Amino acid sequence: MNAIVPPPAAAPQATPFPTTPPAATVDSRFTVPGMRCAACIGKIERGLAAVPGVASARVNLSARRVAVGHVPGLDAEAIIEELRRLGFEAERAADNPLARDSGEQGAETKRLMRALAVAGFGMMNIMLFSVSVWSGADLVTREMFHWLSALIAIPVVAYSGRPFFASALMALRHRRTNMDVPISIGVLLATGMSLYETVTGGAHAYFDGAVMLLFFLLAGRALDAAMRGRARSGIAALLGRMGRGAQVVGDDGAARYLEAERLVPGMVMLVAAGEALAADGEIVEGSTAIDASMLTGESDPRPVGPGDPVHAGMINLGNPVRVAITAAARDTAIADIARLMDEAGQSRSRYVRIADRAARLYAPAVHTLAFLSFCGWLVAGAGVYKALTIATAVLIITCPCALGLAVPAAQVVAAGALMRRGLLIKDGSALERLAEVDEVVLDKTGTLTLGEPRPVNLAVLTAHTGPIALGLAQSSRHPLSRGLARALREAGVRPAPIVAVSETAGAGMRGRYEGVEVALLRPEVESGGLAVDLLVGGFRTRLAFADPLRPDVRETLAALHAQGLRTSIASGDRVEAVGVVARELGLFAAAAMDPAGKLALLERRAAAGHRVLMVGDGLNDGPALAGAHVSIAPGGASDVSQQAADAVFVGERLMPVALALKAARATMRVVRENFAVAVLYNVLAVPLAILGFVTPLVAALAMSGSSLLVVGNSLRLARAAGGKEAA
Amino acid sequence: MTILGFLIPLALVMGLSGLAFFFWAMKVGQFDDLDGAANRILIDEDGPG
Repeated sequence: MNAIVPPPAAAPQATPFPTTPPAATVDSRFTVPGMRCAACIGKIERGLAAVPGVASARVNLSARRVAVGHVPGLDAEAIIEELRRLGFEAERAADNPLARDSGEQGAETKRLMRALAVAGFGMMNIMLFSVSVWSGADLVTREMFHWLSALIAIPVVAYSGRPFFASALMALRHRRTNMDVPISIGVLLATGMSLYETVTGGAHAYFDGAVMLLFFLLAGRALDAAMRGRARSGIAALLGRMGRGAQVVGDDGAARYLEAERLVPGMVMLVAAGEALAADGEIVEGSTAIDASMLTGESDPRPVGPGDPVHAGMINLGNPVRVAITAAARDTAIADIARLMDEAGQSRSRYVRIADRAARLYAPAVHTLAFLSFCGWLVAGAGVYKALTIATAVLIITCPCALGLAVPAAQVVAAGALMRRGLLIKDGSALERLAEVDEVVLDKTGTLTLGEPRPVNLAVLTAHTGPIALGLAQSSRHPLSRGLARALREAGVRPAPIVAVSETAGAGMRGRYEGVEVALLRPEVESGGLAVDLLVGGFRTRLAFADPLRPDVRETLAALHAQGLRTSIASGDRVEAVGVVARELGLFAAAAMDPAGKLALLERRAAAGHRVLMVGDGLNDGPALAGAHVSIAPGGASDVSQQAADAVFVGERLMPVALALKAARATMRVVRENFAVAVLYNVLAVPLAILGFVTPLVAALAMSGSSLLVVGNSLRLARAAGGKEAA
Repeated sequence: MTILGFLIPLALVMGLSGLAFFFWAMKVGQFDDLDGAANRILIDEDGPG
């Protein structure tokens, strides 16, 4: 086997890009949601490395990011353009608030992982000594082993216990108590007592118990943090639909790029076809069609001309226009909606997670129990030392190892399984709230439907014209082109190599294929509805577009009904448009609703005692998403909606929504079982501890036993939530 | 029993070096892109070197 391994000297040259930059370079990061496989990595890294000015490109597939080192002269727009040419939609990652957030999350996970590693190291080595003490080592050997255990345990407790000590201190400072207070007291008391035992040459040291407790609890915390971090980074990667900046026309007529927050009223911005507006304004020159679905949920493009108001977040579908800014940054219609969302989100923050509810009962009970056994043994005539040992045993044995793992273990397993099925959950509380849902309200555009135009008559394309259409469509960012390219790729069509491709904004794409003029153009004669004409030579094919329902809407609704959930539609679209869908699906629908109206509808349902799941994508759903008991947004939704929602599903299928509800209920069932295990364990172990029968050996066995039981029970969820799972 | 004088430090040193290795791996980002490493092996290396 070794003979075929190439000599090591060849390895460095195999790197597909130069790793040492020739000159001073700057680093830019881009999120590329579309990359999924090895071929994507190779294509992006090689493609970008070939661009002049780019020194290095490194893909992070887990985070769906590309880090590009390039000369300062090369601007981000140019790199995004290069990525698009390679076939990937990209967004700059730096000015994305959620991305920074996920960085902090990562740091927290790393801190917990380090603490967990240290605790694990300490636990194993102390166990080594403990096992020999239990199996009969005594006198000098036992004393030496106790000293060695102390030598390991004290630094380990000091390092790994910090997350708990800090949290407990914080709670005490606010005159509250939480789960971390009994943990901290238990660990510190156990360590202190064991040190005393060691110094006085006693028989029982609890170092193993204290460190093991830390290890199991940290495992729970690390799982919890890892889950939040992973989901966040996934969502951050999907972000980015709104205008982040605009080309502003200066006094000299030259256009330069300005970030959205630096725009001020009075400026004139140039909005190209396919671009999202970055500020509110009024059209001063040119006429076009705009896609306002983000704000209103209306699916058909609206024609606008000079004097018409347009809003940030709308997308220009037609010709380039000049827009005089009337409101920017904090004063836009979007910002108003954001404020509405902020207020709506307040009610959500009052939700108390199940672990905290348990802790609220549990912590005082543990304190009281430990204190009572201390007093009881004193009264019964035992010395302070004996009473304190028993109180410590009670604290350690009741310390919520199994309880601390009960919730995160189940939620991490469920969230992991759901993620593989295309649903990203932001945190555990979302799963808990999902399980309580009894009613589902769905938006129409972008939720029940795909939210983007798709060709309805692909059959008119032949084996010859199909590849040409794809070759042309894939080079454009226009929504119609993108919809066409996607539909063709799904139909298995391979793009034809088109040369000399050029895009005329508002008109279409032109190019040459095998010497023949080919073009994808806006119809010269409007025919009602969206359409494009494909020209091959002199031959013209008309492709009509519509916003179709997601492929599995019916199955999803049936699955929701089977779970006993009421469903209805709440849409901002016109009554006629909503009526068609509502009749087709047999749902009750409310149409022509503005953001405040949707929120009011949800509040009425909540007041009637219902717990509502809101599924929506548009900016107009933002307040409703934030105000609902729990909410889910599709991956194609606006940034704002994805931030407001508790979960995001990716892809064209709606089924992840029904799956999420099912998985959430299964998760809560497992959490309750886990709690039952923890309580049962306490019912058995606490009397032993109070009566003074708990030795370090018993404590260690009881803790690991109950923890393993809880983790094992949670692992069953991978099957329940994931269905057939290959990985 | 004198073997303990050798075995215990050995066990501790091995444990500590494992811990140090894990810390190092975390610091240099070995766990940053778990999916990427699994996929990179599939990339053909015959591209422009």
